Amino acid sequence: MKRLLAAYSWLVFAFLYLPIAVIVVLSFNDSRFGVSWTGFTFKWYEALFESRRIGEYLSNTLVVAFSSTLVSTILGTLLAIGIVRYEFRLRNFLRYLLYVPVVVPDVVMGISLLLLFDTVRDSIGWPPLSLFTIILAHISFQIAYVTLVVRARLMLLDPALEEAARDLGANNWRTFWEVTLPLIWPGVVAGALLAFSLSLDDFVVTFFTSGAGSTTLPLYIYGKVKTGITPEVHALSTLMVGATILTLVLGVLFWRRR
Amino acid sequence: MNEAATPWQKARRLLVTVGPGAFWLVVFVLIPSVLVFLASLLSRSSTGSLAPPWGLHNYVRFFSEPLFWEIVGRSLWLGWWATVFTVLLGYPLAFYIAAHRYKQVLLLLVVIPFFTNFLIRVYAWIILLQREGAINALITAFGLPPADLFPSTLAVYLATVYTYLPFLVLPLYAAVERIDWNLLEAAYDLGATPVRGFWEAIFPQTVPGLFAGFLLTFIPAVGTFVIADLLGGGKITLIGNLIQQQFGSAQNWAFGAAVSMILMLMVLLGLWLYARTQGERGLDELV
Repeated sequence: MKRLLAAYSWLVFAFLYLPIAVIVVLSFNDSRFGVSWTGFTFKWYEALFESRRIGEYLSNTLVVAFSSTLVSTILGTLLAIGIVRYEFRLRNFLRYLLYVPVVVPDVVMGISLLLLFDTVRDSIGWPPLSLFTIILAHISFQIAYVTLVVRARLMLLDPALEEAARDLGANNWRTFWEVTLPLIWPGVVAGALLAFSLSLDDFVVTFFTSGAGSTTLPLYIYGKVKTGITPEVHALSTLMVGATILTLVLGVLFWRRR
Repeated sequence: MNEAATPWQKARRLLVTVGPGAFWLVVFVLIPSVLVFLASLLSRSSTGSLAPPWGLHNYVRFFSEPLFWEIVGRSLWLGWWATVFTVLLGYPLAFYIAAHRYKQVLLLLVVIPFFTNFLIRVYAWIILLQREGAINALITAFGLPPADLFPSTLAVYLATVYTYLPFLVLPLYAAVERIDWNLLEAAYDLGATPVRGFWEAIFPQTVPGLFAGFLLTFIPAVGTFVIADLLGGGKITLIGNLIQQQFGSAQNWAFGAAVSMILMLMVLLGLWLYARTQGERGLDELV
């Protein structure tokens, strides 16, 4: 029974990794077409690094990911503190509002933001669909995830620690910087990492809120899949998978040290 | 918290902590949702954008044409079966991981595909399934004729199961981790067979995680348009594809907004059923 479970589970793991493995292998395959192995090569990676367009898409993707993560981590952390620590009217309403970006299918999230940007642009002529609108859109779903992750950490925290700091004469600002923030820091980092990877991964919301000149890597891959996948896409995907694994391993190591 | 705080101090604290985030959620989540609702009551103008007259005509159109019923049915059907297959793969896996000596490492093996770019995971299936793809290369190596695996409904199912498997395993694993195995011992002491012991002592303890995982798989599987778009070859229209088409090539935003509202109502209905069975806390378990 135990061995059967183990065999079954490793088959499931194989299922999880087979598609990724095929792409990684093909990214080093000399042949431009098909899946037959004709020799080892780095030429697709060279082509990738020489392509100025792909460099631009990468920089677009990173600009969006870094700026949206920065804003959503700050807003989400403050929001979590407020929701956990203070009683106020509309608190429950806010809590339900937080679940909306988590449970709404991303197509609906995408078109709703498209409608917002379109409505505003109709009346004041701004903003055009661009990296800026993509960043606004990403913050809007990231903020919910950051808040929920930080909130989980805050709820484990003893409020007496903060009260003790206040009793010792620290003002709110100092209490926040010297007591609350260091204690919830692992939650903030986890929330930021999650927000960052959600931004890197997002295709659907970006698809609806991007305009000319704001192509990100997922949009580029989508376009290539529609028009014809080339080995450069495999090389790009392999690098992205590598970056994912590296980030996760670093994240786990960071968490274990805490 | 601080009893001595004046109303002004309280207001200032709220303004600093909750204020910016709440403002953001209202502007970028609440208002857009209201806009979708309003747009669903409008009509398509001659240029393809939104225009009066107002009315329920988009909803009437949706519910009066069998084609759209078919699309909803197909989406729910796909969501249901894809989720069932995901459970079949993921349920035993969660137990295996939880009992393993290196469970942290195995868990990481589930998390890596979870964080791997969605589009990469979807297009990988094209490489596996297409006519000159990896699976056909294997089939023809045995002297068999190549199979037409892509584009197909099968491809859509495979990629959906594949994409959402980690979404199911992670909450399920959390539930399996918390299992009180003493109950199984007790069941055995009372003479239960292994099957009955599992069914009555262990399975009920995994139900909350199973429900959460089910929902986390079912909702996006019903709502996705990318998988059917890329692996169905444009022949399989799900409710997500319908929305995307209305906002894209069909240029009928009003109708697309109405379809979005219907999809949202379906999701809310699912969540409501979930909250009824799992209670308020269940929602927190989802994330």
